[in-house]
Amino acid sequence: MNFNDLSPLHKEFLKKQKRRKVVIHLLQIAFLAVFLGAWELATQVGWVDGFIFSSPSRVWNTFVNLFEEGNLFKHVWASTWETILGFAIGTILGMLIAIILWWSDTVKRVFEPYLVVLNSLPKIALGPLIIIWAGTGKSAIVTMAVLISVVITALNMLVGFCQTEQNKILLMQTFQANKAQIFFKLVFPANIPTLLATLKINVGMSWVGTITGEYLVSKEGLGYLIVYGSQVFRLDLVMTCTIVLCMLAGAMYGMVALLEKSVKFD
Amino acid sequence: MKKNILKLQGVTKVFYTKTAETVAVNNLTFSVDEGEFVAIIGPSGCGKTTVLSLIARLIEPTTGTITLASNKKQAVGYMLQQDHLFPWRTVEKNVLLGLEITKNLNADTKEYANKLLEKYGLGDFKKHLPNQISGGMRQRVALIRTLATNPDLLLLDEPFSALDFQTRLEVCDDVYSIIRRENKTTVLVTHDISEAISVADKIFVLTKRPAKVKKIFCCDFEKYPTPLKRREAPQFGEHFEEIYKCLNGEDDEL
Repeated sequence: MNFNDLSPLHKEFLKKQKRRKVVIHLLQIAFLAVFLGAWELATQVGWVDGFIFSSPSRVWNTFVNLFEEGNLFKHVWASTWETILGFAIGTILGMLIAIILWWSDTVKRVFEPYLVVLNSLPKIALGPLIIIWAGTGKSAIVTMAVLISVVITALNMLVGFCQTEQNKILLMQTFQANKAQIFFKLVFPANIPTLLATLKINVGMSWVGTITGEYLVSKEGLGYLIVYGSQVFRLDLVMTCTIVLCMLAGAMYGMVALLEKSVKFD
Repeated sequence: MKKNILKLQGVTKVFYTKTAETVAVNNLTFSVDEGEFVAIIGPSGCGKTTVLSLIARLIEPTTGTITLASNKKQAVGYMLQQDHLFPWRTVEKNVLLGLEITKNLNADTKEYANKLLEKYGLGDFKKHLPNQISGGMRQRVALIRTLATNPDLLLLDEPFSALDFQTRLEVCDDVYSIIRRENKTTVLVTHDISEAISVADKIFVLTKRPAKVKKIFCCDFEKYPTPLKRREAPQFGEHFEEIYKCLNGEDDEL
């Protein structure tokens, strides 16, 4: 519809909505500016110790240094790649588990309690074992990321699958649909929103896995830099890596959100 | 001589739970002729839906036989209370669902489904998603989805109960005329007496659970072609009263 065809009141309404959106964006930016400004000021004036709390200007300098040394990209790439791998494997594996459990009620009843226990277990506790089993390289880190995302994916998807409207399944049965048809024509498409919500959770989960994995082993990656930075007391480095991490995780979440927007059907 | 298309003989269905054994249907016997529009009416919870599920072979009877005079694989079309259109499928894709599942989707059947859509005023909405059309239209789509598999027997389980009263009357008229034009044998289950009288040739009144046929009423509205017109007929009120009394047990001679 063309904006000029709308009634004056409708135009007014849309304008108001737009104005509100702009105001909110401005406030978001203002909040960040005030926060950074206050942080910088506090360290400059000496209210807090810049050596311990770092400061925006210190972070910026560290960032530029890392970039010029050419190390930043290496570390960012290492962590991102591990995270993406963990994310993908965890999601696919979790989904397969959910499908198998949905398919057979007996299998579901047998394994559900184990899944619940695994879900409550802090996976980090398995870290030392994973290092021994999967080695001290990337494989241990990816295993960690997979482990953290796979259980929650399986549980979430299973709940979604099982909540598919019973009457819609009945409708499929009136056409004599078999289990595979019920799954692929009804249960799976009905759970695309569940899948997207799970993907969003998994972005966070796989980053947790990667970073904790890197804390334990690894010679590169942001988690490694953070641990290294804290050990040699270069807290600027720790802060810088944390902020880069924020941006990476945000970007990945943004991509999932974009994907979600493109498949909305209602 | 009309032939029986559906015959239930001594059909009993018992459901078991941990604590109870429920006889939903007890020794039910009736038959439906080809081309007939039968309404089954009974107090709520009397096992009406169970009867339809039995006919549709969604569940097996505990005892008794159900015979269906048809050689088709998909002989029965079942329309549920709600339209249950899939929101991610367009109107056209929703209509083709049954054909896809029964692996009967080919150029001919697709054309037949599309013709039905055109014929009943949905041609312009084929590419729409279900949430973009009205409740009445959705119900029509659901009916066409059922008809697309070209069943010999149509089962309707309170197909209008999810609609508001105004829409309900309209959709009832719609659905009735579509069924008549496509000449389908139909069994409708409802608890709404006036709805039953306004559409059916024959009305089976069921007893409280376990369901048995208490009485059969024949409705004769030759001069009143649509459900809405029937509601205006003088005998409508009489039928209503008779059936109401029968349903409420003042007429227990059977």
